[in-house]
Amino acid sequence: MQLPAKMIHSLFLVNSSGDIFLEKHWKSVVSRSVCDYFFEAQERASEPENVPPVIPTPHHYLISVLRHRIYFVAVIQSEVPPLFVIEFLHRVVDTFQDYFGVCTEAAIKDNVVVVYELLEEMLDNGFPLATESNILKELIKPPTILRTVVNTITGSTNVGEQLPTGQLSVVPWRRTGVKYTNNEAYFDVVEEIDAIIDKSGSTITAEIQGVIDACVKLTGMPDLTLSFMNPRLLDDVSFHPCVRFKRWEAERILSFIPPDGNFRLLSYHVSCQNLVAIPVYVKHNITFREGSSQGRFELTLGPKQTMGKGLEAVLISSQLPRGVLNTNLNPSQGTYNFDPVTKLLSWDVGKINPQKLPSLKGSMSLQAGASKPDENPTINIQFKIQQSALSDGDKILYLYLLYRIPTEVCICFQKGCVLLFLQWPNQ
Amino acid sequence: MLSMSTNNLSYNDQGGSDSAVEVGQETTPTSSNAGAGFGLFSTNFKKNDDLKEMLESNKDSLKLDAMKRIIALIATGKNASELFPAVVKNVASKNIELKKLVYVYLVRYAEEQQDLALLSISTFQRALKDPNQLIRASALRVLSSIRVPIIVPIMMLAIKEAASDMSPYVRKTSAHAIQKLYSLDPDQKEHLIEVIDKLLKDKSTLVAGSVVMAFEEVCPDRIDLIHKNYRKLCNLLVDVEEWGQVVIITMLTRYARTQFTSPWKEDGLFDENSETAFYESDEKKTKNGDEKKSYMMDPDHRLLLRNTKPLLQSRNTAVVVSVAQLYWHLAPKHEVGVITKSLVRLLRSHREVQYVVLQNIATMSIQRKGMFEPYMKSFYVRSTDATHIKSLKLEILTSLANEANISTILREFQTYVKSQDKQFAAGTIQAIGRCATNISEVTDTCLQGLVLLLSNRDETVVAESVVVIKKLLQTQPTQHSDIIKHMAKLFDNIAVPMARASILWLMGEYCERVPQIAPDVLRKMAKSFTSEEDIVKLQTVNLAAKLYLTNSKQTKLLTQYILNLGKYDQNYDIRDRTRFIRQLIVPNEKSGALGKYARRILLAPKPAPVLESTYKDRDRYQLGTLSHTINTKASGYLELSDWPAVAPDQSVRNVEVIEPVKEWAPSLGKTGKSKLSKSSDDKFYSDSGEEEEKEKGSGSSSSDDSSSRSEESSSEAESDEEKSSSQSSEESDKSSSQSEKSSSESDSEQKKTTKKPPQKKTVKPTAKDSDSDENGNVAKETSSSSAEETSSGSESGSDADSHSGTECKKKTKSKAKPKMEVKSTKVSLLKEVSLLKEVSLLDLDDFTPTPVTRPKMSVLSPSLLGDLEGLSLSNISSTIQVSGPAFVPEKRHDLLHRMTGKGLSAQYQFPRQPCLYQPTMVSVQISLTNTTDHPLEQIHIGDRGPTGLDMHCFNTVECLLPEASVTVSLGVDFNDSTQAANFQLCTKEDQFSVSIQPAVGELFLPATMTEQDFRKEQGKLLGMNESSATITMAAENTTRQPISRQVATVANLGVVPSGQDNIHRFAGKTASSGAVVLVTVELRESSAALITINTEKSVMGPMLLRDLKRALTRA
Repeated sequence: MQLPAKMIHSLFLVNSSGDIFLEKHWKSVVSRSVCDYFFEAQERASEPENVPPVIPTPHHYLISVLRHRIYFVAVIQSEVPPLFVIEFLHRVVDTFQDYFGVCTEAAIKDNVVVVYELLEEMLDNGFPLATESNILKELIKPPTILRTVVNTITGSTNVGEQLPTGQLSVVPWRRTGVKYTNNEAYFDVVEEIDAIIDKSGSTITAEIQGVIDACVKLTGMPDLTLSFMNPRLLDDVSFHPCVRFKRWEAERILSFIPPDGNFRLLSYHVSCQNLVAIPVYVKHNITFREGSSQGRFELTLGPKQTMGKGLEAVLISSQLPRGVLNTNLNPSQGTYNFDPVTKLLSWDVGKINPQKLPSLKGSMSLQAGASKPDENPTINIQFKIQQSALSDGDKILYLYLLYRIPTEVCICFQKGCVLLFLQWPNQ
Repeated sequence: MLSMSTNNLSYNDQGGSDSAVEVGQETTPTSSNAGAGFGLFSTNFKKNDDLKEMLESNKDSLKLDAMKRIIALIATGKNASELFPAVVKNVASKNIELKKLVYVYLVRYAEEQQDLALLSISTFQRALKDPNQLIRASALRVLSSIRVPIIVPIMMLAIKEAASDMSPYVRKTSAHAIQKLYSLDPDQKEHLIEVIDKLLKDKSTLVAGSVVMAFEEVCPDRIDLIHKNYRKLCNLLVDVEEWGQVVIITMLTRYARTQFTSPWKEDGLFDENSETAFYESDEKKTKNGDEKKSYMMDPDHRLLLRNTKPLLQSRNTAVVVSVAQLYWHLAPKHEVGVITKSLVRLLRSHREVQYVVLQNIATMSIQRKGMFEPYMKSFYVRSTDATHIKSLKLEILTSLANEANISTILREFQTYVKSQDKQFAAGTIQAIGRCATNISEVTDTCLQGLVLLLSNRDETVVAESVVVIKKLLQTQPTQHSDIIKHMAKLFDNIAVPMARASILWLMGEYCERVPQIAPDVLRKMAKSFTSEEDIVKLQTVNLAAKLYLTNSKQTKLLTQYILNLGKYDQNYDIRDRTRFIRQLIVPNEKSGALGKYARRILLAPKPAPVLESTYKDRDRYQLGTLSHTINTKASGYLELSDWPAVAPDQSVRNVEVIEPVKEWAPSLGKTGKSKLSKSSDDKFYSDSGEEEEKEKGSGSSSSDDSSSRSEESSSEAESDEEKSSSQSSEESDKSSSQSEKSSSESDSEQKKTTKKPPQKKTVKPTAKDSDSDENGNVAKETSSSSAEETSSGSESGSDADSHSGTECKKKTKSKAKPKMEVKSTKVSLLKEVSLLKEVSLLDLDDFTPTPVTRPKMSVLSPSLLGDLEGLSLSNISSTIQVSGPAFVPEKRHDLLHRMTGKGLSAQYQFPRQPCLYQPTMVSVQISLTNTTDHPLEQIHIGDRGPTGLDMHCFNTVECLLPEASVTVSLGVDFNDSTQAANFQLCTKEDQFSVSIQPAVGELFLPATMTEQDFRKEQGKLLGMNESSATITMAAENTTRQPISRQVATVANLGVVPSGQDNIHRFAGKTASSGAVVLVTVELRESSAALITINTEKSVMGPMLLRDLKRALTRA
């Protein structure tokens, strides 16, 4: 006589080898066998990423999310916006990561009680209840080594004795009664460029994505205002719920009462398709000779237009064709690794010294009798540049603080930590 | 035993429930024995036995440990149900964590162990009465999660009670419980609907999302419940938590589709229409009038679009997509573009998010290429994308292809074809095929490219190419015999059945073009027939038949051979086909009339297949839904209805109560205003900004495309005449460009606008049912808007005059409108306000980016305060807009003299700002000065005294150096009385009792309202609530300025614009309870004046009167 209820019915956590290692039901129990449909899809998919996020089964719908090599499979019984579920599952993963530092099978198994308590608070009858980390942390204290020790000795608990206040206040994301002796606020601007560059080195597409991550440790109920030197550059933005939309629309000023601790204030998109100067170049020479079982592989990296800033943490990865059996390469610096099973070549270059450009040279051995691969592999490059922003001219101008603070506040802008992801289709 | 306990439970008395717990303890031994039998494995049994022991111990830590292990069992899916009796006893534990874990257990197993579960009910019932809201809420949560049918009445009762709980959090929980109860017992539907109805009226943002969720689940068809709450929901939306936003937006999309008329019909036609209206004769107009109704968007429809738009910037992807689908389904076509950017932004999110968003974009891009074309490069495939993402991107790129960009896309496709992911490469080939059929310019290029692919080494690529080429050739078979020949050559090398079958089909279809080759292919097929796949065999039979008809000389024997083979095939389809073909083509005595037509049957010209996107008809499902994603109707999917031909009565959404509409208005209004006074040179921005915010605040707005109105709105937005006309021209053109129009152009636009009204006359009666209402609104709106205008003008000080010109113009225009006088007598206050906003609907900010080039950003605390207040969930709400203080008196009052304060002196003053901490508080600024020669430490507020006034203390001042002073601010809720706030001001060593005695005038917040509103409010506050006195004014107080000044000095009231010179009006509301306070000063002859005060606060009235009398008579 039960009607299909909306929203999330059950949650199964599945590891990469296809075992269910945790299940949670919010309504009546759904048998594990429902996951068989998921396993089927998992088997069909060549890569773990290829499992479709939405799988219809005769009586249920499975919506899954893959993070940290764990599938979070939500069981749905009836119509619901799929993104609603997906977004929620990601929020669950973020919370786990926030609580346990990592979100691995081991961490979840170790903290199964906390996980259960969290899930219980986050979802009521399949509908999200408390998803703000500030609130959750008031309800359930994150486990730390110290607290675990103390708990075992004193028998006290990691469930908050105090009942949370944030959920009931006008600013649900911030707990009340925050007190710090040192009031400080940090803002990190992280920009990523995502580009596809063709064989000849010309840019096909390039987009800049930026985020401002904040760590605010201020007493009481601070009200902050941030303004930008050139807000027009921000093409499209999305905000943490604490930011007042109206104010941004009218004045292009960010005005907000921040949550306590770490949070992502906003993420933005800069569309300057032609303006982006890619700060790195790659010279490549990858050839396979017809009829021979050998191939040549040569890569040289160099900095380009970095305005004196060094390229750091350079990481190259490339999916070599299936025909490649093994490689015999010599890196001039850093370490390289080739996985003969997945055919994934990765080269951890480290820092680029403009005087001595890093290179990776050598030969590849091909499967005997296999024909020459059709195309050359794509090269992915990741690197960091400290203290520079690609979308220059877009600087934070002011930060105002509205509320009285007994002591001085330290506010830091860390402009920089620019992460870049490049793709180099290399035909 | 059981029946007894349930009885006790349903009566819900304390004593009974106590005994129930005892009963529970008695039952334990018996059922645990049963549990022992239940355990199948001895190890399991032993382990659980030890758990049971731990649970029964006295130590909380042991119990907790046991519970944690039990939870771990449940989490891994093991059965722990036999521990139920032992666990359930701990339900009343004092230890919070233990209790929580027991709840988790209970919810999981209650359904299986119903009888035992009942034992826990009494604990929850007691908790439901707990003074702590969170305990009440969690009790209701667990109680409603226990799926035991017998407690339905208890749940019902608990839900009903919780629905009227003081705490919004508990009410939220009750909304959740509604769904749970409904899924347990659908018979309760009617009762639950009552509760839903009640909760829908709730004004808290906490409740809104959950109750709409309950509505969607229990009674999604009861759209009538929404009417009265529609505007409130729209206005609350921004402040609702993100998950609630998704649910509300989805529901409102459905609602809007049933309540408003389509904004699409007149799309495109509209401009044209106004053109003709201008140029063509009146005669023509009347002729076409009936068909070409000018579309007017319902103000509520506009309100929804306007209030959802900012949510496109949400960090929650589900919210963004739900707004996007709302715009897709509800917005006029030219406005849908605003969602593009946000959707493209989501493509940077997680893979799963990308998947869903891309699906939605795929559906959209089929209908509206233009929307996503500028972002084409965002859909380029990355080698790291998952396969399903790749194919979706491919799909979108194909849909976006047109003559202009096809070359770029094809170049991109060339890369994809070489991909190592062969499934993706095959998809690309299909995409190329689709591009080729859609864009005739590139058909040949594509075909050649595909032919080249035929020599690819990869079998899937070749096969896919063959299939696509086959389809392409069908569309233009004339010139391509060489391609067919080429394919015939390749035939031996192709093993994929589908590709082989395709080639055979092509041979057969165009056998006359390749007369040499076709028979040879047939010969080869005859040899290998038996080893072919079924699909190839069928095509072989087809080819044989066609060749027999065209070239029977060469192929007669071959055909007969193949037909014989087919006759004995294992597959019945092939046997059937063979029999049919034989009868049809081979002439014998039995063959009937059909044989004559064999040629026409088999060689009939076939229609070319249309290569279509699989997303073609997906938009029959509401975008963003599960059904859309899986392309089948999911259970529980609610259809989006078609637009009604005639809009249902729109007055159903009017709310008689004044409350819900403008919760956020005060703050926002103020933001603008403070700015206005600050930077008068910036008037353009401040003005329009203010207006936009007013609009948002009042919560009701509308669009209406008639240029006469847009004219009005823009002329209100600016005092500059020329600017306004150019703006209006832009608006009526619906162009988003901000460029200044030439003056000649704007002239013509103006002409158009003056021409407009007569046309409307003919149109209206057909367009609207609620005719008189409509016109009443129109009349009202104009008059009240002008009043509003004056109010803002006079407050800003000097620019009232500059507005008068536009105002006059407006008035004359409104006279031209038909039936203006039909003013419906009983229109609620709310409606007036909402319509007042309608005026400024078409302001530019809506869909064009505002030029934000403010040279100096002035971030002022008042505006921040305003914003802050917008965040509050204050229940005090009225149509009266709180404004900034007209005047802030400098006067300071002594709080603590330095002599009594041992060197610490304190003075307080009223800054007349709304309080930051709580809207009901009055803010007080205290400046502390250290007059001693040593630093004073830890200055803070100590004991508050017995008066019990609610105060928000300032943060402790750690150290105040000698001769230094510091200003701190304080919030005091005076409860609308002049009772002093007593408290102790403490330093590290000393404590001083001090008190703040507010003047009655400081307990108000100024308000702006129109003259009509003022009169209306005044009408409600007569008799007891009115106090008046006649005074003789001091000589200098007889003009407007001094009077306003005097009144503002005494009381924190706002000026109400007045039509008469001798009557001055002031309005405000009390800080604590929000009661309206109205002051009228009417000048009589010879400096006599009548002061009237209307307020329901019967104590405050006379006090205020006394103060005013004193101030105004004083010289």
